[in-house]
Amino acid sequence: MNTINRSRRQFIKNAGALALGSALPVSLVELAFAESSQNFSFAYISDAHIQHIKDNRFVRNWDRGLIRAVAETNLLVPKPDFVVFGGDLAQLGNKPELDHGAEILSGLKYKIHYVMGEHDYYLDLGEYWQELFGPQYYSFDHKGVHFIALNSILTYDEWTHNRWPTDEQRMLEMAMLDNPNGSPFMVGAEQLLWLKKDLARIDSATPIVVFSHSPLQKIFKNWNFWTEDAEQVQALLQPFNKVSVIYGHVHQIQYNQVGNISFNSVMATAWPWPYPPTYAHAEQYLPKLIVPMNRADPFFERDGTGWQLINLGNGNVDMEYLLYNNRGRSVRYHREQNRPEDVDFQHESARIPPQIHY
Amino acid sequence: MSHYQKKTKVLGLALLVLAVAGPRPTQADEFTEADVQRWQRQFMSVANEGRRLWTSAELGNNGVACVQCHPNASNTHPETYPKFQQQLGKVVPVWEMINWCIRNPLEGQPLAADDPKMTALQAYITYERRGVKLEPGKH
Repeated sequence: MNTINRSRRQFIKNAGALALGSALPVSLVELAFAESSQNFSFAYISDAHIQHIKDNRFVRNWDRGLIRAVAETNLLVPKPDFVVFGGDLAQLGNKPELDHGAEILSGLKYKIHYVMGEHDYYLDLGEYWQELFGPQYYSFDHKGVHFIALNSILTYDEWTHNRWPTDEQRMLEMAMLDNPNGSPFMVGAEQLLWLKKDLARIDSATPIVVFSHSPLQKIFKNWNFWTEDAEQVQALLQPFNKVSVIYGHVHQIQYNQVGNISFNSVMATAWPWPYPPTYAHAEQYLPKLIVPMNRADPFFERDGTGWQLINLGNGNVDMEYLLYNNRGRSVRYHREQNRPEDVDFQHESARIPPQIHY
Repeated sequence: MSHYQKKTKVLGLALLVLAVAGPRPTQADEFTEADVQRWQRQFMSVANEGRRLWTSAELGNNGVACVQCHPNASNTHPETYPKFQQQLGKVVPVWEMINWCIRNPLEGQPLAADDPKMTALQAYITYERRGVKLEPGKH
């Protein structure tokens, strides 16, 4: 069995370095392996939005979300092969935020792969981020899977280079999700060319996993749950038998299947976002397949946030959402239906009232 | 301007003063399209001020703005208030919930119920829900 044995999930108390004098509940996930040489898992942490206030002060709420993800990920047994950070480490892309975020993430005991988010990028066009974390897009191979990280939050050159009086202004404009003066995300011609070359050497039977910050599908332009050249990226990926795209940015549970490509979103550690249909005045294309996350209760500071453990044992993504103030969710690839499905809530009759958004 | 025109203007002004000051029993409900447009502009200027506050850091002390969690004021549901908030243990109007958010995620000072800023915030979030049916008490 290649899936997480959730019956063995348990709470542990006063775990090692985390001992705080009182009971600290930490979700511990154990994997059940059949052919341990082939199976592996990785953790996915995203959208921390570390926000600088002044001097050495940062928004406590967002800090806590990331700190908790790091602490819990370090307690995983067995250990994940690596961790991905899915973008938007910073809120306004400045050095104090990126440094503070990097310092918190440095507590992880695993190799980290980074994805660029728009909040990391639009102050200095990713310069300092690149200095800290490396190239803005890249690929690597791991245990028979080809992984690709894209910078999917680029946009039109005119918007980026010729529209704003200062870099700070440009960052503020892109940071506001519902800004009518914003601009749609895109991968862009240069990366599309690179992607084509990168994929040319890969056998079509090799599972492909793509990390992007924005969804590589068009869901809701108003909040940039959107990638302008998504069709071109998808066209390059379709020839492969098993393709998975994992994206951040949306701060909510989403999943979809387009041809051979599975899409899975990850949660934020900072705060949750409403689903697109909750705004009555803009067109949206939220995939019908999605069983939404619970509506967050603001009285619980960490509700609607969390991190993910991903099992890739079969070459498809099985996504386990570890939610700080809420029951976990499992969205796994269904081999008969050939699409991701929620393990507990997929059927209409299984839904619960908090999953109704309006 | 002739003497006659001046006289008419003075008389007109006097009538206007009377009309404003005293009762106008026969014309109480009459207003023009221009009035409607002017009132709508008044509303929109307050709603726009609400949008400005919604997207600015000035309501709180930690730089956080309402829009960070509530793009287009989504998930604020002004059409469902007053409603029971289990964490407060009572039925509250929407401005109490707005103050809860100002105090907690924004780490700011609550506004008076009739503070023009509070009026502006309510005008904005309600405007974003225009056309959505009223469902007081809904969860």
